Amino acid sequence: MDYSKILSSCVQQLKPSGIRKFFDLANAMEGVISLGVGEPDFRTPYAIRRAGIQSLEKGYTWYTANAGLAELREEIARYLHRRFDLNYESSQVLVTVGGSEAIDLCTRALINPGDEVLIPEPCFVAYDPIARLVGGVPVPLATRAEDQFKLTPEALRAAITPKTKMLVFPFPNNPTGAIMNRQDLEGIAEVLRETDIIVLSDEIYAELTYEGRHVSIASLPGMKERTVVVNGFSKAYAMTGWRLGYAVGPKEIMAQMLKLHQFAIMCAPTTSQYAAIEAMRSCDDEIQRMAIQFGMRRGLLVNSLNKMGLTCFDPQGAFYVFPSIKITGMTSEDFCEGLLRSQKVAVIPGSAFGESGEGYVRISYSYSVEHLVEALRRIETYLGELGVLPKE
Amino acid sequence: MMNTILQILADNARLTNEQLAAMTGKTTVEVAQEIDRLQREGIIKGYKAIVDWDKTDRSLCLARIELKVTPKSGMGFDEIAGTIAQFDEVQEVYLMSGGYDLALEVAGKTFKDVALFVAHRLAPLESVQSTATHFVLKKYKEQGVVTVDTDQDMREVTF
Repeated sequence: MDYSKILSSCVQQLKPSGIRKFFDLANAMEGVISLGVGEPDFRTPYAIRRAGIQSLEKGYTWYTANAGLAELREEIARYLHRRFDLNYESSQVLVTVGGSEAIDLCTRALINPGDEVLIPEPCFVAYDPIARLVGGVPVPLATRAEDQFKLTPEALRAAITPKTKMLVFPFPNNPTGAIMNRQDLEGIAEVLRETDIIVLSDEIYAELTYEGRHVSIASLPGMKERTVVVNGFSKAYAMTGWRLGYAVGPKEIMAQMLKLHQFAIMCAPTTSQYAAIEAMRSCDDEIQRMAIQFGMRRGLLVNSLNKMGLTCFDPQGAFYVFPSIKITGMTSEDFCEGLLRSQKVAVIPGSAFGESGEGYVRISYSYSVEHLVEALRRIETYLGELGVLPKE
Repeated sequence: MMNTILQILADNARLTNEQLAAMTGKTTVEVAQEIDRLQREGIIKGYKAIVDWDKTDRSLCLARIELKVTPKSGMGFDEIAGTIAQFDEVQEVYLMSGGYDLALEVAGKTFKDVALFVAHRLAPLESVQSTATHFVLKKYKEQGVVTVDTDQDMREVTF
């Protein structure tokens, strides 16, 4: 059978992840140390794991309500108020399978064929294909190191057309570590208030900021009615494998998202939801403890990379640094492959996160200090081989 | 607020002052001064590697010993504890609440070495009333470091 004639042409046209080949290579090598992962190295705090286990012991193994356990939705509403000054009713909370599902639902609930979706790049790789799958037209907005990879009001305004439906707003940003502070957000909000553009604010890294608290764009005057906030438990509570996220937003939008969620997913995993209640109730200190560790590693990496000549702007959120490799004159992919072959260190080419990521690499600091120190030593050796290490 | 440098060093004492500075947002000079102070004031007592001797050819036998002792008037337990701490074989000495007074960790080359040390050196001490020796069979965690082979990183590379 010729499956290419059978399979959806839209799906077939989606570009597969360009770096799969690269990581197959890495996996085949012995002794590779990775700086590639996108999840915390910490285990889920034990109190949370315990709550999940207890729910299983009690036999809570059924579906929950489609939108999630009422108790959890209330806790989420309280949490958003407590930590980010966001005011939502628990009825506006939809519990999803990771932040990823929430992104998917929000995009599908809003986009008609031909609608334009503005996506600041470099960014997480899922926004673009999800938009394409529903006939949307992704419009990349390149952010730049000289703007600290922030989205500027000018760039936003210039990209808006009558067809613009949605702005994906991924801050704190994967892969750059950029954040948008209150003042930056004011500029963006000012542009958006004149429009009917909906903001898909992906705030999955909201708890991981290192110089001041994260500010949600939905907390600015006039923005709540045009924003869907996506967040989750993966990064803040080290719960990636539990697959639990949520979205909050205007009830008209949430109702449509819930409908899609009902048909596609039924409900988020029950065990994870019970565990998440415990997370929201008793783990603010754990968040803090992990964030402090990430902060110290960030300092270590930024300082060492800058000294080696891989200049990086000071990332203020998430757990990535995004150094420039332009001194090597190589493409990001060549650099990463060379580093892997020479020193067995795996980092991710910036170009995997959009064209504007070319000339950079993403380095995750979701690793122990010992691991990072060894990886930095190897990177320095590689730069020495390339002959680009700055003179002391 | 706990001293951050102390916290980091308690976990990993091999970081350079420059690395510590980057991690804490201080200058290298400030870090050096702070460590000097911590050492001078006896807050940092030393820096040692945590070794899994079982993986080497050094034979090592460890025992936990519970001692009941008679405290001296005026000196309490400090004098006898201080005396015991002088022996090179004794790695750790603690004053305990509960059923006995002092807990020791004693190291020797062999089971017999340790047993003889207890019989010939500890038991005869004037204030020692009784000893109970427990040999260590296997060490799982030492100073916060899990010493049995730990899981490898199971995380997959993701975006």
